[in-house]
Amino acid sequence: MTDVNVKMEALAGVDPNALPLQVKDLHVEFRTRNGIAHAVNGVSFDLRAGETRAILGESGCGKSVTAQAIMGILDSPPGFVTGGEILYRGVDLLKLPESERRKVRANRIAMIFQDALSALNPVFTVGFQLAELFRMHRGMSRQDAKARAVELLDLVKIPAARQRVNDYPHQFSGGMRQRVMIAMALALDPEVLIADEPTTALDVTVQAQIMALLAELQRERNMGLVLITHDMGVVADVADRISVMYAGRVIEEAGVDDIYASPAHPYTKGLLESIPRLDLKGQELSAIKGLPPALTNIPPGCAFNPRCRYTQEVCREDPVPPLYQVSPSRTAACHFWKEVKGDE
Amino acid sequence: MSDLVLETRNLVKHFPLTRGVVFKKQYGAVRAVDGINLELRRGETLGIVGESGCGKSTLARMLVGLETPTSGDLFVQGKNMSRVGAEERRRGRRNIQLVMQDPYTSLNPRMTVGDIIGEPFEVHPDVVPKAKRRAKVQELLELVGLNPDHINRYPHQFSGGQRQRIGIARALALNPEIILCDEPVSALDVSIQAQVINLLEKLQNELGLSYIFIAHDLSVVRHIADRVAVMYLGKIVEIGTEDEIYETPTHPYTQALLSAVPVPDPKLRGQRDQIVLTGDVPSPADPPSGCRFRTRCWKAQDICAEQEPLLQIREKSGHPSACHFAEVRDVVHATE
Repeated sequence: MTDVNVKMEALAGVDPNALPLQVKDLHVEFRTRNGIAHAVNGVSFDLRAGETRAILGESGCGKSVTAQAIMGILDSPPGFVTGGEILYRGVDLLKLPESERRKVRANRIAMIFQDALSALNPVFTVGFQLAELFRMHRGMSRQDAKARAVELLDLVKIPAARQRVNDYPHQFSGGMRQRVMIAMALALDPEVLIADEPTTALDVTVQAQIMALLAELQRERNMGLVLITHDMGVVADVADRISVMYAGRVIEEAGVDDIYASPAHPYTKGLLESIPRLDLKGQELSAIKGLPPALTNIPPGCAFNPRCRYTQEVCREDPVPPLYQVSPSRTAACHFWKEVKGDE
Repeated sequence: MSDLVLETRNLVKHFPLTRGVVFKKQYGAVRAVDGINLELRRGETLGIVGESGCGKSTLARMLVGLETPTSGDLFVQGKNMSRVGAEERRRGRRNIQLVMQDPYTSLNPRMTVGDIIGEPFEVHPDVVPKAKRRAKVQELLELVGLNPDHINRYPHQFSGGQRQRIGIARALALNPEIILCDEPVSALDVSIQAQVINLLEKLQNELGLSYIFIAHDLSVVRHIADRVAVMYLGKIVEIGTEDEIYETPTHPYTQALLSAVPVPDPKLRGQRDQIVLTGDVPSPADPPSGCRFRTRCWKAQDICAEQEPLLQIREKSGHPSACHFAEVRDVVHATE
């Protein structure tokens, strides 16, 4: 890549020494006809440059809503950010007016989505959509912008980029489309990339290609990556640190090795145990019983208590278990984390 | 009767590609399934794995009779389903039932659970007399771990995992011998997946069912299957017991597929011998000559383009493998 930063729009108050992304006590709720759904209830995490932070959780745990809040693309109404801070190098994005926020989006924090076919505009060529970024954010001429679009398609290893740049999204295969999305996200050289289930819709061999590409691009640019996923195999392969979410809260936060070796929250432990493993062939899988709670009606105390095998009276009562310091570099929101971690 | 409950011989399904509105002219065909030979024994689970577009769902639809094969034979309990009369075919179909992938679209939202599970009895009225049907439906609900009192509820009142249980109850209604599961857990969350897999295994033990289990999640298939067939572009490229396929894969595609599966253990990061395939799956309307995998294969030589490798036991492969250069390669160091 050449001179991408030449005309980067200035943003007041940026501290180059602060972390590229910090989320502090984020709250998001959806005001629906059936009551208020508490989608995110106090999520905090940090992201260093070059680091991969996985946000792990099942559907409805609030992981995608967190990403949308960071990008400022929450459907509002019904969604509202009701508290917390999202800091980009020390600047609280939630306090910025929309016009300032646009300078952050795609420029400094970019996002790729699960379903590339619905994320790309079907009536414009991918070249046009890529070039649009340079024309809007960098004020380039059509011709220059198009040339940059070809460079980008080359970067994400799309064969015959010069010809493919004039193709429409439906003319690409699933994996190629995901590459186009990655190209689009990386166009303006962001410092943080949020990937929301980037490979869930893809086959395993294509998934391997895309994850290898992402890892390579991340290394080259020392970019921070927030990887949102439910796939524990992918997380084990690429993540540095993991935040496990359940019912809108981070219930465990630790380095990747710690989580897999000795989970300190019963939910994390249950998730890991429910993966089919070689040595358990022919045996019953240990499933987590029951269902996740409805976000309109989260039980008092620990949200996981109705499904947990460690539950005691204290778990059923408010307040919610705090994030206990399990070791200097990890936390878990379970009153009985010692037992959970211990009997491994 | 032998132990063989289901057998296919050279099963083929081509979807014609036509041009013109009034005078349709066929100019080609999508060769979705191109000559499949399978055997399923009583009480056995046969896993079928492959990526999207490899024809595994078309195969499933042919096995349950939702799609008519272009050619080839399907034997259910020794009877050739393409030769018998309509009445007998209908009765034969009773023995093979389908559990579908998406529990959200495979249940009619306007029917109660009781009606959904009881509907098979209207097609096959002789299975359970009318007066006993409601009791039978409640029994089925209980069997799959749902509350029998919820018989009058509608699908939207259930979660994804519970809906999949309803689909399983419906498949069990006619006391089939064979259940065909087409990606039964891929739409579910991990913690719910395990519940449904456990249920399927429990039912197999209790009712002596045979399963054909189609999935793209290789670890789930490994957990549940006794034998595994790997499909690529409408053909089986390798078939064997679960151990043979996962421990000693000999076809390059199987090896690439297995090596691409992320292992949920960070300690193995970087230690795995990962084969990253280049390119995409070719179009099934115009498959490569000879071996269909040769365009993405690192072992491909001239013979691969000229001569189609047959699915057979080879010198360096103890189980059937459709590769001229079949050879064991240790790809996953899953055991520590």
